[in-house]
Amino acid sequence: MKTVYCSIHGFGAIGQGVAEVLLRKKEYLESLGLEVKVVAVVDSKGATVNPEGVDLADCLARKRTAGTVALESISGVEIIQSVDHDLVIETTPTNIRTGGVGLQNMLAAFQTGKDVITSNKGPLTLKYRELMETAKAAGSHFRFEATVGGSMPIINLANEVLAGNKIKSIKGILNGTCNYILTRMLEERASYNDILAESMQLGIAETDPTYDVEGIDTACKLVILANAIFGLDVTYNDVDVTGITKVTPEALEMAYERGHVIKLIGEVSKERIHVAPRLVPINHPLAVGGTLNVASVETELAGEITVTGKGAGPIETASAILSDLIAIYGN
Amino acid sequence: MRVSMDIELKDVPGQMLLALQPLSEYKANLITVVHHHQKRTPRKTVPVKLILETRPESIETIKAKLEENGIRVVRVGEHRFRESINVVLIGHVVHTGIQDTIDEIDRTGFAEVVDLSLSMPGINMLSSALMKIDAVGKEDLQKALAILKEVSTKKDLLMVLPIDIQA
Ligand SMILES: NC(=O)c1ccc[n+]([C@@H]2O[C@H](COP(=O)([O-])OP(=O)(O)OC[C@H]3O[C@@H](n4cnc5c(N)ncnc54)[C@H](OP(=O)(O)O)[C@@H]3O)[C@@H](O)[C@H]2O)c1
Repeated sequence: MKTVYCSIHGFGAIGQGVAEVLLRKKEYLESLGLEVKVVAVVDSKGATVNPEGVDLADCLARKRTAGTVALESISGVEIIQSVDHDLVIETTPTNIRTGGVGLQNMLAAFQTGKDVITSNKGPLTLKYRELMETAKAAGSHFRFEATVGGSMPIINLANEVLAGNKIKSIKGILNGTCNYILTRMLEERASYNDILAESMQLGIAETDPTYDVEGIDTACKLVILANAIFGLDVTYNDVDVTGITKVTPEALEMAYERGHVIKLIGEVSKERIHVAPRLVPINHPLAVGGTLNVASVETELAGEITVTGKGAGPIETASAILSDLIAIYGN
Repeated sequence: MRVSMDIELKDVPGQMLLALQPLSEYKANLITVVHHHQKRTPRKTVPVKLILETRPESIETIKAKLEENGIRVVRVGEHRFRESINVVLIGHVVHTGIQDTIDEIDRTGFAEVVDLSLSMPGINMLSSALMKIDAVGKEDLQKALAILKEVSTKKDLLMVLPIDIQA
């Protein structure tokens, strides 16, 4: 049995999802010869630390009742530097301006020879090259399947499953909030603002929806794909971005009458990175509704391959983190 | 019937008039003249493309008349639109002058707005238009879209293109 010692940074929706999945998959992981011990759980108030492994069920219960896991006020970076472990699971909030605490955690992890698995797009959007080089110099693994498309496999699909194929382009819907809004506007023939309000009530859109509806989130995901799959060295500023705020129910209806839906489509290839609302034929593989995400990978040998799945949600996103964990330590 | 005609004019003044006179004489409706001022053929003539609407039976006569006027007719063919796409425009489509936009595309001769649906839900609300554009070939379509893109940027319209078109 191999023991993987890890820390979880950020204990919100995704951090807790990871804890739940680790509990649920304990036996399965053991069947792969893996025992995962969490030495620290960190939220914005502080942390729970135990070099022998914290009790995850206890952490989840405490977070629910007390609102925090913090038993001591120690930062994530301090834990990474002072507590011996192998893996940092980074699920703190995305900050695309500074990289936020996530960037500091990741760099500290590499500097101390640890591996990183993350769902946090910020640092990758901002400092991809630096992070990759630091990880490589340290001999650390760095995996981030959960940053793009939640549960939907895309980075590992292109780089590993389709290994040997040149990837020509990837096109898809990478933001569930925008997909939900456009789907509902057409269904209800309702205005953008009405459906946005509905989405907020349902918790599908955030209180500040700018990041999603202006196409910024999709652009950040394309930046990660461009760097990780197409070997480019780009940042957010290299993306041509148009969001969905101007789309009208009338436009959706006229398009529908002619057999099309309007979707916020992200598109990346070596030549261009582009986000904009596009007309998609109703029977096209990318014409999925609701909060679903979808991506078509155009490959050199295998033709076009399309994957679709839930782009968000704690357990779904934790599933991508789990698959990264198994990819590093399984076997 | 719509016909495209490639002709060559001598590089001396008054040639265009000689070319257009048989058209009006035979009641052909001239849609566009694409005049390549800078270009010269190996024969030092100026290549010009005419697109006209005329009765099929007049074509041969017009051609003969042009040649009588000393104009070389290189190619005559039916002018067929092979490419067609839908484009959505959102914004203040109408009061920024949609007719201008349509005219600008139609004037190219190689592309044409063939269908337009408009929806204006109210004053101060965004209007939406769905435009069907036909073009002779793929490149022509791209050129028409480039025009549309320029107009959209200038008029602050959101242009929604089909997914399989290079935006
Ligand atoms: N939600 C999804 O479906 C989804 C899908 C894919 C990727 N992601 C990404 O995954 C990450 C986490 O998302 P989420 O939905 O779990 O967000 P969230 O619910 O807001 O959770 C963020 C967590 O980070 C903690 N935190 C904030 N500042 C911190 C600091 N300085 N040090 C340590 N912890 C800190 C918060 O602490 P408190 O609990 O004390 O506030 C909270 O526990 C984000 O980067 C997001 O973009 C999310």
